[in-house]
Amino acid sequence: MSTHTITLTVNGREHTEEVEARLTLADLLRERLDLTATHLGCEHGVCGACTVLLDGKPARSCLTLAVQAEGAKIRTLEGLADPEGELHPVQQGFWEKHGMQCGFCTPGIVMSVVELLERDPDPSDDEIAATLGGHLCRCTGYVKIREAVREAVRLRSGSHSPQEIRR
Amino acid sequence: MKPPPFDYVAPPSLDEAVAVLADEDQDSKVLAGGQSLIPLLSLRLAYPDVLVDLGRIDGLGSIEHADDTVVIGAMATQHEAETSHLLHELCPLVPEALANVAHPQIRSRGTVGGSVAHGDPAAELPAVVVALDATVRAVGPNGTRTIAARDLYSGMMTTTLREDEVLTSVEIPTVREGSGSACVEVARRAGDYAMAGAVAQVTVEKGTFADTRLVLFSVSDTPARIDAVERALTGAEAKPEVIARATAAAAEDLDLLADPRVSQDYARHLAEVVARRALTTALERSA
Ligand SMILES: Cc1cc2nc3c(=O)[nH]c(=O)nc-3n(C[C@H](O)[C@H](O)[C@H](O)COP(=O)(O)OP(=O)(O)OC[C@H]3O[C@@H](n4cnc5c(N)ncnc54)[C@H](O)[C@@H]3O)c2cc1C
Ligand code: FES
Ligand code: FES
Repeated sequence: MSTHTITLTVNGREHTEEVEARLTLADLLRERLDLTATHLGCEHGVCGACTVLLDGKPARSCLTLAVQAEGAKIRTLEGLADPEGELHPVQQGFWEKHGMQCGFCTPGIVMSVVELLERDPDPSDDEIAATLGGHLCRCTGYVKIREAVREAVRLRSGSHSPQEIRR
Repeated sequence: MKPPPFDYVAPPSLDEAVAVLADEDQDSKVLAGGQSLIPLLSLRLAYPDVLVDLGRIDGLGSIEHADDTVVIGAMATQHEAETSHLLHELCPLVPEALANVAHPQIRSRGTVGGSVAHGDPAAELPAVVVALDATVRAVGPNGTRTIAARDLYSGMMTTTLREDEVLTSVEIPTVREGSGSACVEVARRAGDYAMAGAVAQVTVEKGTFADTRLVLFSVSDTPARIDAVERALTGAEAKPEVIARATAAAAEDLDLLADPRVSQDYARHLAEVVARRALTTALERSA
């Protein structure tokens, strides 16, 4: 059983950690770095709750070993918005459109959607469906989540939704 | 922590990777994207002594046009292949099939080589490489060898790759004039492994099938090339009715894998439907 010293950047901050080879990136984030927004559901790639961005691409952190992330740049939900500042447009979209109930699936979905919109600021319905298809939500229903994504697209493009203007 | 303890190495060169794999004192396994292997570890279905990560070896992830093939490096991600202009233009069946593999969040890490080497009978890519008569290249302690895809799959999740070999690339013949291809599958949910699937490629010359390929996946323990349909169609009039007759006849004789979730009658029905649809769509696209 080998251990390794790895250095990786999480939400802009560099961390050096001693890890067992079998430690997953999800466990590193949650248990070592106390970044518990990244949730663990199935732990074998099916549910998507653990999705983070690894060098800009979505990745299941339950299916990535921490050692594989040596040198990588990781983004998690915690890095999206300043705790005192405004929400990230994708978070704001979920807020406005009630894109969550229990919220267990939300951090993973939000990270996938952040990646989608950075790659394609105006995605088609099919693209949104393909992205959301990689996530299981057991309570909200995908209609509200899709509306939240559409809202995020609007917020990012600077045109405000009726709710935004009212506030 | 869910996986059992193991050692991990990420050698910078292929030679070093092969040297670790060739060490008979330890049970080693190649780690590519980890999208099949890490679940197996976490479910404790695999207990290797050491994982040999290919992720730090340069030059294994390119996608290049060479003569009448496109050569896909083993470590090219499924996402990279799915979005490759070269493949869309010259081997369109590959990106079409990849769109059915898992989800975007898994294809971003899962590799082409990993899918081909893993050899899941329900997987799309193994069926594609068998259908297109692709060749895989493997490097072992005795050097490089090439294996025809149709000789690669020897049984349920087993290949003729040796344990000390690394699959380094997959060479896909480019599509010919007058050809069309399609991948059709039925799955419970988008992104799930299919209950039954088919990949097909047809080449039409002067109104007849000059060449026909049909491979079913998720119906037996390896990708199943359906010779009976290929024989029945080649030389026959290129028409949907001809396809329907051939696939109906072949479905009767299919040797199906027992699957507790899909009854034999339903599996046979699905196999016929996906085979017919894949061939018919391939025919439409050949025009
Ligand atoms: C939720 C989920 C759904 C999925 N759905 C599908 C699906 O619908 N269709 C589908 O086809 N796949 C599906 N997959 C599997 C996915 O496509 C995997 O990425 C793929 O099977 C393995 O590729 P990998 O690069 O991740 O390989 P790994 O998981 O790293 O390796 C898989 C196996 O292949 C061996 N191996 C890998 N690369 C090489 C190489 N270059 N040389 C020699 N041996 C090698 C490894 O030792 C291991 O035994 C799914 C996975 C998940 C988690
Ligand atoms: S916990 Fe990683 S996909 Fe479910
Ligand atoms: S909000 Fe509860 S699982 Fe999605």
